[in-house]
Amino acid sequence: MTNLAAAAQTPSDTASVNERTKIKVRDLDFYYNGFHALKGINMDIPEKKVTAIIGPSGCGKSTLLRIFNRIYAMYPKLEAQGEVVLDGENVLDKSYSMNRLRSKVGMVFQKPVPFPMTIFENVAYGIRHHEKLKRKAMEARVEEALRGAALWDEVKDKLGQSALGLSGGQQQRLCIARGIALKPEVLLLDEPTSALDPIATGRIEQLVEELKKEYTIVMVTHNMQQAARVSDYTAFMYLGELVEFGVTEKIFTKPDKKQTEDYITGRFG
Amino acid sequence: MQANRPETAARDIEHRSRKDARHDRIFRGILRFCALLVLAALLGAALSTLWGGREVLFKDGFHFLTSDAWNPVTDNYGALAPIYGTLVTSIIAIVLAVPVSFGIALFLTELAPGWLRGPVATAIELLAAIPSIIYGMWGLFIFVPFMADHVEPHLADTLGKIPFIGAVFDGPPLGLGILTAGIVLAVMILPFISSVMREVFQTVPSRLKESAYALGSTTWEVVWDIVLPYTRSAVIGGIFLGLGRALGETMAVTFVLGNSYNITASLLMPGTSISSSIANEFNEAVGLHRSALIALGFLLFVVTFIVLLIARLMLRQLAKREGK
Repeated sequence: MTNLAAAAQTPSDTASVNERTKIKVRDLDFYYNGFHALKGINMDIPEKKVTAIIGPSGCGKSTLLRIFNRIYAMYPKLEAQGEVVLDGENVLDKSYSMNRLRSKVGMVFQKPVPFPMTIFENVAYGIRHHEKLKRKAMEARVEEALRGAALWDEVKDKLGQSALGLSGGQQQRLCIARGIALKPEVLLLDEPTSALDPIATGRIEQLVEELKKEYTIVMVTHNMQQAARVSDYTAFMYLGELVEFGVTEKIFTKPDKKQTEDYITGRFG
Repeated sequence: MQANRPETAARDIEHRSRKDARHDRIFRGILRFCALLVLAALLGAALSTLWGGREVLFKDGFHFLTSDAWNPVTDNYGALAPIYGTLVTSIIAIVLAVPVSFGIALFLTELAPGWLRGPVATAIELLAAIPSIIYGMWGLFIFVPFMADHVEPHLADTLGKIPFIGAVFDGPPLGLGILTAGIVLAVMILPFISSVMREVFQTVPSRLKESAYALGSTTWEVVWDIVLPYTRSAVIGGIFLGLGRALGETMAVTFVLGNSYNITASLLMPGTSISSSIANEFNEAVGLHRSALIALGFLLFVVTFIVLLIARLMLRQLAKREGK
């Protein structure tokens, strides 16, 4: 395993040299009720790029994502070992403040999960937790976030209505707005379009394209076309191991590993 | 024969759909009957108590509602003291039981380790299964002396000395009284409220909670801002279920309330409640006295109805504020 991981560790090939690494994952192991779910993961996630994590169900891709913002810590009996270094600091360190981590790393989940509040409150909720803003400033921030998530025009006249009345695609964009409202540096997307129809999916993908100008995006997807379409880098995981990590174009055209090729061409998974 | 077949099939289908329609009609009828039965029972009980209490209600109803006198010798009856006692003991019970139930339910759903959840949840359900007469006995023999010796003297010495609110905790440490009844009631309704809360807290999708945690919320914020609004109507429903039980509770309250028709500001003084008045006096009541007790029963209907109405209005108000 170790040599495999070492080989996968650095994005080789055509990556430009001036790219900065945003998240460095080093020897990351994860145990779920004693089950070894992630095995010695090493990867460097570049800043302001879209990194896609692909792999068959149960390969640990979502688990990996959920370690990046330590959301796994809300459940007992889960344990991560190793390092996830964000801007030079290990976020798995107990002394790394959860508050700081969550303001730097936003997350959007598989299914849209609007809070049972108004549209405005959904976006304002997270901001309020981290900053005290006057009403005017808060309104501006909410508008900015909704514009950023390409939702503003659709909801600007009904900010006071319940968010549960929005369509699935709108709800998911609301969740993205909620995430970027905190002005995070990293945005984690956990299969953000798996519950959406093709049109809503297209809009989210467009949005991801826009968002990467400002955010480092890590996206888990089980849709390989989607990974090929929107990501700059792709990580292929299988049975808790990182098999290959590199520039998306290369992974999808001439992968180094046989396993990757088999998966990409649909021979298994 | 061959030509006949579609016709037979069509006839079969028609036959079948007629049969289905008849079954549906019968089924609907039975369900409607069940629902109407409840309504009829309620209406019947309300009307018969109204009729039984007509002698006091219709003769001088205003006096009955506003007077705190209760004198079987002179046949002078007023419902104010029992109504006051019923409301105050129930309010005390709710004020004490709701936060504790909330804490129990939260601990069990959000924080407790797996091995502790089962035993505590079972213990709560057992608490609900204890008959009220046992609570009454326990209240009278154990809790009342405890209140008289250890709690009420301190209350009177501390809170009782504060101006204005002091009157609420003033008085001799009898043990029996409104505060004691309220506390016993709180213990009795606690299991109802906490099991309802626990059930509904479990229905909150974990992804909703995860999203809130991912925004940096603390456990408290997730509970207060996400779990509670999500389950709000069921939680309020549970609280009012408990309140309904507290309003009507008879035996336990009768044992520890003290049965005095005086309305005093002090919670340490004895009082009476609608149901305990009825339980205490019904045996020997005749004539107008009996009518007054039945009228009290009718008033309990009214009080409960008003409380439920308030609950409905509250829910509607909350929903409106949320932009639904």
